[in-house]
Amino acid sequence: MTTVSTGSVSFEDDLDSDFTTTGARTSHSQRGWRRLVRTVGSGILVLWGAATVTFIAINAMPGNPAVAMAGGAASHPSKAVIAAVTREYGFDQSLFVQYLLYLLRLIRGNFGFSSSQKMPVADVIAESIWPTVLLTASALLLAWILAIASCLLTVRRGRFATSLGSGLEVLSAALPQYWLGILLLEIFAFSLGWIPATGGDGAVGLILPAFTLAIPLAGFMSQVTRDEFDLALEQPFVISARARGMSDWGVRLRHVLRHAVLPGLTLSGWALGSLISGAVIVETLYSRNGLGGVLLVGVTQQDMPLTVGVTLIVALVYVVANVVVDALYVVVDPRLRSR
Amino acid sequence: MTTLDSSAALLGAGTSRPVPTASAFRRLRIGPILSVLFLLFLVVAVVDPSLLAHYQPLAVDPAKSLEAPSVAHLFGTDESGRDVFSRVVYGATPSLSIGLAATALGLAIAIVLGALAGLGGRVVDAIIGRILEILFAFPALLLALLFVTIFGASVESLIISVGLGSAPGYARMVRGQILAVKSSPYVEASYVLGHSRWRVLGRTVLPNAMRPLLVLATLGIGQSIIWASSLSFLGLGAAPPAPEWGAMLADGREFISTAWWVELFPGAMIVFVTLATTSLGRYLQRRLEGRGADA
Repeated sequence: MTTVSTGSVSFEDDLDSDFTTTGARTSHSQRGWRRLVRTVGSGILVLWGAATVTFIAINAMPGNPAVAMAGGAASHPSKAVIAAVTREYGFDQSLFVQYLLYLLRLIRGNFGFSSSQKMPVADVIAESIWPTVLLTASALLLAWILAIASCLLTVRRGRFATSLGSGLEVLSAALPQYWLGILLLEIFAFSLGWIPATGGDGAVGLILPAFTLAIPLAGFMSQVTRDEFDLALEQPFVISARARGMSDWGVRLRHVLRHAVLPGLTLSGWALGSLISGAVIVETLYSRNGLGGVLLVGVTQQDMPLTVGVTLIVALVYVVANVVVDALYVVVDPRLRSR
Repeated sequence: MTTLDSSAALLGAGTSRPVPTASAFRRLRIGPILSVLFLLFLVVAVVDPSLLAHYQPLAVDPAKSLEAPSVAHLFGTDESGRDVFSRVVYGATPSLSIGLAATALGLAIAIVLGALAGLGGRVVDAIIGRILEILFAFPALLLALLFVTIFGASVESLIISVGLGSAPGYARMVRGQILAVKSSPYVEASYVLGHSRWRVLGRTVLPNAMRPLLVLATLGIGQSIIWASSLSFLGLGAAPPAPEWGAMLADGREFISTAWWVELFPGAMIVFVTLATTSLGRYLQRRLEGRGADA
């Protein structure tokens, strides 16, 4: 029962509890592909659970759920609209029937009608998800680059470099995204004028938002990776590689890094989900198009179908990302390929 | 040895060995000292803000709109001529209490779930494990947005949602800690001494498993404060005239190009709180492990 600590509560426990630190990992080598199958299975379970949670959430809404799903009392839905929603969701039937209807609709990709965007939720998501996916994917990639660079350059590189590296990591992890975004805007857009404040949806417009999302995440990733990197440097295979005449950089890049990225890799699925919700802040701040901005409008107007739809999409992204991460495990850790 | 190993592994594999790992705060004792000083400053700001601030947080003075930092106004003034330093000091109470309350709620839920999973046998453990797995699919911020959609924007829904969002993480650690303590030699010894199952669980397992929670809480407070202030920044938490740090940042956003001080200082406070609690949490973590080694 070991868990890799990051010094941050929210991240460390996200590690698969059966994934252990370098010393004890060998016992898990038998699992190999079996764990991939298991991940897909538990992913389906998570999706079902997420659907159930949102069903409970809809029923927890104060007042008539039909009115709520039709856009809330503030939007004054007509009697006909309420009747249609009641029929569609089965609000006049038993809770169990409602639940089955709800699951059936979700399986068919029917997420209901967004009152704030005046179109089906599925269309809203399909229209706005790509800028957000681009943003979060670049942020995740950038976070990994920053974290790995920090570890390669500063772990056991003398007291000063080590302190600098881990100090910077703790600092970046402590930065609230919205504040970091404001600072980056002020420095690079207004003071230095290097990057336009609203760069549109092109590559230039992606730079500041991606860094804003990536830097705090890189702080966390780097802390996890650093602990593991440090442990791996003590392993016998490092000494034997050095004894074979391999250079320090060679050992770090070819052997140590492989070990060090594993716990961070586990976090990636979680990170992607949290980056999408972080996009709410960043897209608002930089006036970018995307799911985050749409979601914020939906939340302020109590657009329940939209919020639920986005929540389920994030759960789906989380599950898919975890499956991908599991596949990557097999690539990064050859021991998992043995059986 | 098992206890030391497992609790140390729970708290941080890298920090359990005598060989120091990379941590700036490990060797620099100045980190915890500065942290304690800063937290003391905050305690004063919460208990009696008028000791530190010479202006009222809501006192408007249009003649002094957006003045740069000076001796009279250490952090400058905002668009309504309110003293930013005073607002930051008075803002400590709402900003910190939201984060603290959310952490406390998250821990409370986590202790119940984690203890059930760790002590309730295989079936309960498996069920709670699945529930936690499902909850991990909901990022804290998104959970909070879902909450606000259902119950509307308020400080209460903010606390509950951030607390719920952080609970699964804590719960998994409580569970791990209980399992580790359960298999330790001193628990075995307690059974050998003839103590009943409930006595061992209540008097030996639980107290020992709860010990690292203080550290967990300290480490988690910073993130809770960041989440809570993020929601205020989005206009979904504390309402703008209140001197809450996130709300202040949302307020001053349009003046960023002319008056950086309106944005810099409230944000810096959040960063310092997070840094101070992280630094202190890590220090406590090491102290805790040190005690484990002596025993």
